[in-house]
Amino acid sequence: MLEIKNLHVDLEEEDKTILKGVNLSIEGGSVHAIMGPNGSGKSTLSYVLSGKDGYEVTKGSATLEGKDILEMEPEERASAGLFLAFQYPIEIPGVGNMTFLRTAVNAQRKARGEEEMSAAEFLKVVRAKAKDLKIDADMLKRPVNVGFSGGEKKRNEILQMAMLEPKMCILDETDSGLDVDAMKLVSEGVNALRDAGRGFLVITHYQRLLDHIKPDFVHIMADGRIVKSGGPELALEVEKNGYADILAEVA
Amino acid sequence: MAAVQKKSDTTAARLEGLSIPTGGAWATSARADALARVQSIGLPDRRDEYWKFTRPDTLVQAEAPRAALFTEDKETIFGEVDRLQIVFVDGVFDADQSDDLSLEGVSIERLRDAAEADIHWAKDLYGVLETRGQDPVARPLAALNTAAATDGIVIHVTGKAAKPIHLRYLHAEETSDAILHHLVKLEAGADVTILESGPAAARFNKCMEIDIADGAAFHHVRTQGRDHERRAVTHMFTRLGNKSAFKSFTMTANGVLTRNECIIELTGDDAIAHVAGAAMGDGDFHHDDTVFITHDAERCESRQVFKKVLRNGATGVFQGKILVKAGAQKTDGYQISQSLLLDGDSQFLAKPELEIYADDVICSHGSTSGAIDEEALFYLRARGVPEGQATDLLTLSFLAEAVDEIEDDGLREEVTGLLAGWLERRRG
Repeated sequence: MLEIKNLHVDLEEEDKTILKGVNLSIEGGSVHAIMGPNGSGKSTLSYVLSGKDGYEVTKGSATLEGKDILEMEPEERASAGLFLAFQYPIEIPGVGNMTFLRTAVNAQRKARGEEEMSAAEFLKVVRAKAKDLKIDADMLKRPVNVGFSGGEKKRNEILQMAMLEPKMCILDETDSGLDVDAMKLVSEGVNALRDAGRGFLVITHYQRLLDHIKPDFVHIMADGRIVKSGGPELALEVEKNGYADILAEVA
Repeated sequence: MAAVQKKSDTTAARLEGLSIPTGGAWATSARADALARVQSIGLPDRRDEYWKFTRPDTLVQAEAPRAALFTEDKETIFGEVDRLQIVFVDGVFDADQSDDLSLEGVSIERLRDAAEADIHWAKDLYGVLETRGQDPVARPLAALNTAAATDGIVIHVTGKAAKPIHLRYLHAEETSDAILHHLVKLEAGADVTILESGPAAARFNKCMEIDIADGAAFHHVRTQGRDHERRAVTHMFTRLGNKSAFKSFTMTANGVLTRNECIIELTGDDAIAHVAGAAMGDGDFHHDDTVFITHDAERCESRQVFKKVLRNGATGVFQGKILVKAGAQKTDGYQISQSLLLDGDSQFLAKPELEIYADDVICSHGSTSGAIDEEALFYLRARGVPEGQATDLLTLSFLAEAVDEIEDDGLREEVTGLLAGWLERRRG
């Protein structure tokens, strides 16, 4: 599904290389977690895959279901099935959450040549999904993320993911700013979306999120590369001993 | 000396082209006084401090510049609102297109009929607030309006108006030059909503004087635009009594030159005045909001909220002043003017001012210019919203603070829909 091969990325405004040859293959139905110390390039990887400005791909490739996503605009990547749950979701005053969601859903449908969702159908679906995520109707009416708590913002990200039904979901430090209850709720939302056709890339610092979202594979990233891969036990090792031993081992 | 002579010549040429309407004694007297004011002050030019950001040439020249009729848009703004509609075509009342003027809680007449009466309440309002508004800043185009207005509507609100009154201005002649003067008098406890829409004329000079008695409330929502070549100067002069309210919002889309002046006197304690505007334009669009609010009573609140979206060399102007007189204690004055510049060719010129002579007040003002927030744009695009549509959503987001000043949910939604439609058409 998502194939990243030898990806090298520089920061555009600084003469600095962030990713130095990332290789990763994610199949539909699997959950991959990437862990690593601060500054290792985890968030850069998520931004580069979703098309944020400011990064230059100098070498390598990234494809989603065989399509070269690096050549696409951010909205084209989204319509192709890529979703990034932001670490810091943006507040947009003056744009209702519901308006934004419906605009996004229909923009993607239009881009894929599908019929747009009617207002009535959209309302029915969004209410049902919001209920599952314990998002009340009032939150849907409010401007996007404005005045939301950290937990509400992350639940709103998962609601967007549930509405857009992407093929490949990237969660960038979704656990940051969440208390235990909120993390459980968000994880339940993510787990509800797990199916054979959908892949997940979970970027996190901590094992605790992986207690709720059980990964199939765990990768350790350091200095712009994936330096070690393994099963869920790798995250437990990091939790217990930190990154020092692993980094020393691969040095 | 040459400049003074030029100003005098321009004024004389403009006045020569006008025919001052006749009427009863009080109206004739008010018009003569206003004419004298124009002759004394002279029409504005770029040397006047109050016009340094906006070139008044085409507003003062003898002939109205031509403005092609905008024929694409036939939709009736506020068409979904249950309202009493009064239509002016190129500044002339059109009885056939207007509704019957009877409305519970209100009496409505044409200005020309009121002016014929020997005794009429309008005598105490016509040109009165306009004259008060000439100090400390001269507003000669308002005086010109009082002198030469050929039509207008006179509204006396004695209770709660049964429905909004919609003044709809149609533009039918490419060289039309319309001067309209409206009067609105609200008795104690009265309540009315006035809606205005339409391009009106190739050149439009409109004045509205509003006297709001104790406990009364005046609501105003206006849309101007889509007829790009038109030029307009408008004045609203308002005086507020105790615990009264004035709330005005204007949406402007296109128009080569628009100057909206709002002059408000808070003369009664605990009064509230909110004036807001959202303007969007491209190219040679020039939009000027000039506001002067005088606090002359205790515990009054005023808000000025103006937002402009400018592109392809468009210019936005804001001149806003809060004057707090001695004794106007506990004043709460707020003023914000912001522009969203969608490219590097457009400009926003702002002159926010506070002048305060009381010592127990809260007054703030802010003025900023900025571009689209790239982080927010990426957020929307990452959800699949194409760049143009995402830019429009962020533009609406920027304008929201001003649009939110409209209290009525239906009217607010209609204005938001108009703004969104305009953005979508422009994108298309």
